[in-house]
Amino acid sequence: MLIAAVAIFVLVMVLLAAGWRAAAGSTAPTAMAAKGSERIWILGLGLAFPSTVLLALLSYGLWIGERLLPREGADVTRVEARASQLSWTFSYRDAPGRATENVLHIPAGRPVDVAITSADVIHSFWVPRLAGKLDAIPGHVNVLRLEADRPGTYAGLSAEFSGPGYDNLTFTVVAHPPEAWQGFLEDSR
Amino acid sequence: MNALARHRRLTAIWSSRPGWKGWFSTVNHSDVGLMFLATAFFYFLVGGILAMLIRAQLATPHSAFAGPEIYSQFFTMHGTIMMFLFAIPVIEGLAIYLLPKMLGTRDLAYPRLTAYGYWCYFFGGGMLIISLLFGIAPDGGWFMYPPLTGKIHSPGINTDFWLIGITFVEISAICAAVEFTVSVLKYRAPGMSLDRMPIFAWYILVTALMILCGFPPLILGSILLELERAFGMPFFQVGLGGDSLLWQHLFWLFGHPEVYIIFLPAAGAISTILPVMASTTLLGYRWVVAAAVALAILSFGLWVHHMFTTGIPHMGLAFFSAASTLVAIPTAVQVFAWIGTLWKGSPRLRLPMLHILGFFFTFVIGGLTGVMVAVVPFDWQVHDTAFVTAHLHYVLFGGFVFPILAAVYYWLPLVTGRKRYFRLGEVAFALIFLGFQITFLPMHWVGLMGQRRRISTYGAEDGWTAINLISSVGGFVLAFGLAMVLLEVMLNVIVRHRSERNPWLAGTLEWATLMPAPAYNFASLPHVDSRDPLWDDPDLPVRLARGEGYLGDPVGDRRETIVVDVATGAPEQHVIYPANTFLPIVMAATTGGFFLSVLVKLYWVAPVAVLGVAVLACIWVWRLGSREDPGDQSIGRGIQVPNITAVDRPPGWWGSAFLLVANAIFFGSLLFGYAFLWTVAPDWPPPAFVAPSIFVLTAAPVGAVIAIVACALAVRNNRAGKQPVVGLLLALGGTLGVAAAFGVFLIHAPSPTAHAYGATLWVFGVYVVLHALLAALMLVFLLCRHRAGYISAVRRAELAIAPIWIGYLGVVTLLVTVAAYLPGLVT
Repeated sequence: MLIAAVAIFVLVMVLLAAGWRAAAGSTAPTAMAAKGSERIWILGLGLAFPSTVLLALLSYGLWIGERLLPREGADVTRVEARASQLSWTFSYRDAPGRATENVLHIPAGRPVDVAITSADVIHSFWVPRLAGKLDAIPGHVNVLRLEADRPGTYAGLSAEFSGPGYDNLTFTVVAHPPEAWQGFLEDSR
Repeated sequence: MNALARHRRLTAIWSSRPGWKGWFSTVNHSDVGLMFLATAFFYFLVGGILAMLIRAQLATPHSAFAGPEIYSQFFTMHGTIMMFLFAIPVIEGLAIYLLPKMLGTRDLAYPRLTAYGYWCYFFGGGMLIISLLFGIAPDGGWFMYPPLTGKIHSPGINTDFWLIGITFVEISAICAAVEFTVSVLKYRAPGMSLDRMPIFAWYILVTALMILCGFPPLILGSILLELERAFGMPFFQVGLGGDSLLWQHLFWLFGHPEVYIIFLPAAGAISTILPVMASTTLLGYRWVVAAAVALAILSFGLWVHHMFTTGIPHMGLAFFSAASTLVAIPTAVQVFAWIGTLWKGSPRLRLPMLHILGFFFTFVIGGLTGVMVAVVPFDWQVHDTAFVTAHLHYVLFGGFVFPILAAVYYWLPLVTGRKRYFRLGEVAFALIFLGFQITFLPMHWVGLMGQRRRISTYGAEDGWTAINLISSVGGFVLAFGLAMVLLEVMLNVIVRHRSERNPWLAGTLEWATLMPAPAYNFASLPHVDSRDPLWDDPDLPVRLARGEGYLGDPVGDRRETIVVDVATGAPEQHVIYPANTFLPIVMAATTGGFFLSVLVKLYWVAPVAVLGVAVLACIWVWRLGSREDPGDQSIGRGIQVPNITAVDRPPGWWGSAFLLVANAIFFGSLLFGYAFLWTVAPDWPPPAFVAPSIFVLTAAPVGAVIAIVACALAVRNNRAGKQPVVGLLLALGGTLGVAAAFGVFLIHAPSPTAHAYGATLWVFGVYVVLHALLAALMLVFLLCRHRAGYISAVRRAELAIAPIWIGYLGVVTLLVTVAAYLPGLVT
């Protein structure tokens, strides 16, 4: 995407700069020539060129977006994230009654659905290295699919201005290997 | 009468009063336009200082410069001021000043309304500045998302300043939009058909229509949020049938078109200036007009792209993602039309052209990152990071500030009649251009590295220190460049160094006036045969000054102009404008009294202020018209047209029609909100429905039908030379019947504080009652006017306006009745 964007930018700048050169050498334009250049500039560069680029980009985006959607599966774990202006509270379907503050435990190598909601104002759940962000809105539950390929610790952020305390509204995601995940679940019993 | 005598006579007629009184009573578009521009640039300074404070705060990690509470006010007010108090008013000011000159006429459609709009902006902006000075400025982000901005999480007065102040300022935008629409369509030089209009006028027409459709949703949202905060009506409160997402929809339904409302006039300036800089005509005039219209329409299908992360179904996202990428096409058409224009002509690298090149460089980058953000998965990553901050500044600074600076330098000689003496502008441009890139280019990177928007500080371990410091330094370079522009403009006003006429050798009519432009614009109005009348006839200014055009001989102290046919530009009607008056500022102050009383919660004052506005409105309209039938007026060149008092569709009819468009969008947004809450919000359907009332169900439709029919009858009788009084009285009864019906409805409706259902019904009811009372006031006014002898079979124009308002009342009565009772009957 970056390469294409740079290429388009350079193209436009070159055309713009060439405007001076072209004008210096040109003679008075005839009506015919004006008609012809209107076709090149507006129909060609103005309509056809961006349409092609955008169609390709859009299909690509939708395809990726579709792949990122949460779908049902046997090995999907479900956790719940509840935001407030003070902290994030996480609870677990597989370990009823267990809740953690500002630390989300997930199994590594398995898809996890995070059901996101809010106790007060609007927040946004974001773990940059694992997935895009999704808002936490009071009265609504949004589901985000995460998957950590490797065990480890990942930084998570609130990404929607939520008033005082917004700077420090962060959390950590801990992805456990299978045994440790079982251990975490059993701990709560 | 020779040219000099004509100049003196017309100047005496059209000028503002001498001394300080002139400022407060002028209704002349040149004065008000410059007042708008000066005030807007003052706010640019304030918003710029806030930006400097933000950059000072972020320059170093763990900054102790400002605490988070104050910092929240900084960024909220920076966004709010730049959007509402700088960008929109600059456009209004520029168009108010330029439109009549470019269209070859003497003023805008409603001079007093121009002044009223300015004073609303002045007082409304003043409220926000006061909040800033006292440290109680809005602090919930310029988008004001509830529930953060609700009473529970923001109990202070900060949020109320935003909701009330901005709504007050928006009155001026709506006034200006109505005025621009009617002026472009009806107030042009004879012969200027739609396809001979200067391209700038096309852009302003499109922008004005966008304001009429885009601002009402935000005005509605602000009113609903203020009702929630002040009276506990739970429109956005979850658990009581409200939903905070409703605000986001209403806000972005305005917020996205807003970006194009800002961009299009700037594009209009480029389309005007760039061909002149290349000594040629604009390539593909019709294509550019079509692109502007397409952009306007598409921009209303985009609002959801600010809400990609709110959990909207993927199919919905696909639609809005497609629409978001689609807007790149009309933008590309314009950009390539401009580059093609340069190829066609021989470009000169004058100062306005430098700023246009700055625009190209910056805006193309902003457009490309915009396309990236329109791709949903990418947006899920960068949304609410510094990447988006960088993107929007590339679009807004590139797409708005650079073109506006080009416009300032291009039209400055017209305003001051001077030419630039000290060559500060080139240095200023270099500083602005480099400063801008240094500030915002690195911000893309730091955003991709995960720096969120609106954080007040960060840690050294985040690794953002160097980039932020570079940005801050760039920001101060940029500010220095802008300060030099300000200095140069002031020097230009002071230093006596006269410019020659038409210094850029342009072809549009504003350069056919004297320089600096006189209060009356044209000593006589030109007849236009092409898009560039000044190129066809370089002697046009002299011939106009000699009075060879239309209306060359001033009659008494009448401010006269001509109204033309919308499509062809054939002269149609003769207009006498109202002269200088204090009425606009008094009316704006009274309107301000209403907003102020709501702000400080002195609710008993509010109805008094409304009554005051109604009385002033009656005085306002009473001053127009005459007690004698005017004959056809001779406008010169052997043409006779009727006066606007003696036609079926006077300018007031057009203004009302476009105001009703905005009103209908407002009402439509309310219906949308009702349907949205019903289908999306939790806790619906409500616990109990309103019980159908026989009285409401009969009195409302019967009253509305009587009002419509009787009013039409009154108009017909009057034209036939018979008495309209009986029809008007019957119509009055009908409107009062509707008011009574919905008064009863309000009494029986469920509590507005218990559930969003009751709250919405309450707003519906009040909306109908207000419109019924407004229609009744119009009818009473007409009865008085008839009694006083202002209405006759010939002077029938006064009767033209009430019927459309009463027709509108009929439609909303029907829709509200259905919306209120149907759900209860079905379930």
